[in-house]
Amino acid sequence: MYGKGILKGLGVTAKRFWETYTEDLAWLLRGKKRYYTEEGVRHRSSKDQKGIFTVQYPEERLILPEEARYLPFLVYNELADGKREILCTSCGICAKVCPPQCIWIVRSNDPTTGRPIPEPTEFFIDADICMNCGYCAEYCPFDAIKMDHDFEIASYGRNVYNMEQLLKSSEYYKSIRPQNYAREEAARKAEEEAKKAKAAAKAAAEAAAKAAPPPAESPAASAADTQVNS
Amino acid sequence: MTTPAPASTSTIDLVARFPGVVQADARPGYSGFIVEKDSLVEVATAIRDEFGFDLMTAVTGVDYAPDKMEVVYHAYRTTGGPGLVFKVQVPRVDPVEVPSLIHLWPGVDLQEREAWDLLGIKFNGHPDLRRILMWEGFEGHPLRKDWKEGFYEEDTKPFKSRWPDGQFYMAEDKNPFKDNLTFPQNFDPEKWIPEGDALLYGALARYTVKSEEGISTDRIVINMGPHHPSTHGVFRAVMTLDGETIVGLKPVLGYLHRNHDKIGERNTYLQNMPFTDRLDYFNSMTNNFGYALAVEKLMKIPVAERAEYIRVIVSELSRIQNHLIFIGTTLNDLGAMYTPSLYTFEERELILDVFEAISGARMMCNYFRFGGVVRDIEEAEMNKIKDLVYERIPPKTDELDRMLSENEVLVSRMKGIRMINAEDAIAYSVTGPVLRAAGVPYDIRRADPYGIYDRFDFDVAVRYNGDLMDNYLIRIDEIRQSLRILDQAIKQIPQGPINSQKPQYQVRVPAGEAYGRVESPKGELGYYVVSNGKPNPWRYHVRPASFVNVTSLEKICVGTKIADFVVLLAMFDMVMGECDR
Repeated sequence: MYGKGILKGLGVTAKRFWETYTEDLAWLLRGKKRYYTEEGVRHRSSKDQKGIFTVQYPEERLILPEEARYLPFLVYNELADGKREILCTSCGICAKVCPPQCIWIVRSNDPTTGRPIPEPTEFFIDADICMNCGYCAEYCPFDAIKMDHDFEIASYGRNVYNMEQLLKSSEYYKSIRPQNYAREEAARKAEEEAKKAKAAAKAAAEAAAKAAPPPAESPAASAADTQVNS
Repeated sequence: MTTPAPASTSTIDLVARFPGVVQADARPGYSGFIVEKDSLVEVATAIRDEFGFDLMTAVTGVDYAPDKMEVVYHAYRTTGGPGLVFKVQVPRVDPVEVPSLIHLWPGVDLQEREAWDLLGIKFNGHPDLRRILMWEGFEGHPLRKDWKEGFYEEDTKPFKSRWPDGQFYMAEDKNPFKDNLTFPQNFDPEKWIPEGDALLYGALARYTVKSEEGISTDRIVINMGPHHPSTHGVFRAVMTLDGETIVGLKPVLGYLHRNHDKIGERNTYLQNMPFTDRLDYFNSMTNNFGYALAVEKLMKIPVAERAEYIRVIVSELSRIQNHLIFIGTTLNDLGAMYTPSLYTFEERELILDVFEAISGARMMCNYFRFGGVVRDIEEAEMNKIKDLVYERIPPKTDELDRMLSENEVLVSRMKGIRMINAEDAIAYSVTGPVLRAAGVPYDIRRADPYGIYDRFDFDVAVRYNGDLMDNYLIRIDEIRQSLRILDQAIKQIPQGPINSQKPQYQVRVPAGEAYGRVESPKGELGYYVVSNGKPNPWRYHVRPASFVNVTSLEKICVGTKIADFVVLLAMFDMVMGECDR
């Protein structure tokens, strides 16, 4: 029959149309809100979605996965006395790995010793050049630079961020990426424990060596001792 | 662990067949043959006719400054198997001249024009050797090693000004507008009339006007694009029409050209990975795949077993969402405004949700690393993928099929409109679904398997009529085959590390050359990378599917009605980001 294919197709669209309302009804009967709730949005972006698919931005928002990345920021720890401990050591790896080369870091030297100060003097990211690839966060050995979730940065001018604009607290980082934060904290703790254990072992060994009079005072023997200890 | 396949062109002995004019390429890390310039056409004819390498996929040049230039050809058999690489070396003195192979493989047309445009290699015998990506009147050849771009800072990244005393400046302050280009002498952009256009229309004017039955008809030239909604970007086709029939057509490209190859040579190997995302921005996963393959071949490193499966899973998901978009936008072009495209975008959104959860971004995934991938697929995401593959996408594909495939309006619009036949498709180097819809079951996943595709049981989707309907249906077939591969990959995926290498921001790549190619949803996507052992590639070339496929556009469209042009173009599934690079 000519027109059967069209009718079949129209059946699909008609089903879609009615499903929006049957779903609405089902949610209503269950006493749940389908719109403007996190549960509703989550359902609409799951495999069980039926009927309407749209999420009414900005009243409703998609739930960002933890790994979502947009523009880097610098992490600092809030210390007890209100001071900020910036994790960045201005090693420059992020500036070197950055594909569009949008990171500028100023590292300065201590005027008295002449050695580099770990904390960066300035840190610029040209957000209009940044391609959000996430390499800086991926290759940072100090977990000092991380990718943000805030994507609403439209503006009329150029967005060049300096260090003050880039710094965000580790609490904020924890709030957007809890799993990553937990993983990194665990790794850091384990490392510290290992360090502590090592130091304790060393101290104990040294104490033992001091307590027991060395059998021979030759430098070769003591060197061998420290090798065993370390 | 799977190791990259060794370059296996040794079975073909060109040196014995052409003693004296062909030598094996003996440079360390290189493979293939070096052919004398004067015998190139003779040798290439034998390669095509005697050895059966009928598909000339990639033609490009390399500037081995300061002494020589090289043209590299990659030829394959449509029956499958490894390819044949042959090269011609010419001294680097202007003009650099090489005979054109356009009479053997018409598909080299645009690629030879590109090599002329970007590298200044003149192909003698090419009938229409104009610039293609750069604008007419542009001075110099940008991929030559001595050419520097307007915002030039240093030859290679990382730039020294960024660290340790990174005094920030804005690029536009350093090099303000109008002073960042070099024009030819006596050139005034205000008064300039593009001579290239005269050449372009001249190339079309060779079709003679003949009046039939005493009625004189005028031919008109129509510019379709660059700002036409059906061209999916900034593509322009200049057509000569006789009534409604297209009698001449020239594609005009380059409106989105950003010299990806040159950027790639400035970048380090790792830095190129996110740039490949921006080629075919619908399929950053397969783009990453091809580049990772090429560099892994150079580095001779294995890929972690779990990562191999993850690569297959994300590539096939990417293929599914690409074909869904294709169906939606093609139906848009046909006049079925928005309903099909919005339906297909729903499934795509769900796939992109998975990509975002595993890689961090919906489209610019930047997910692959040399030796593996960047992040594991956790349990929760794997369950999401399972839901999609087993519960969501199969019924939705059937629903799409039910909604569209039998629709009488659609069928009468698409059935019997010839696209291209098998012989022409091969001659014009067409790859991907268009080639398979013409009846050639050539799929790189089967013909020359990469990664672990040789472990999966799937059919190469093929249709035989080569008309628009087949080109549409083959996409649905491919979605179903991808689901089959996904099913097996999800069931077989082992636990384990996701990268065989330690994460490092500066990889060591030994000197040599490599060509990594994948079956991207649009056709063959190849990366030709030459390393000289330094941190940055010496040559980085992308062989995009869209760009090479469009070579056949003139062949396809001449003789058809202008109303069909929109659909014929849509069937290539072009993405200008990949086409113009």
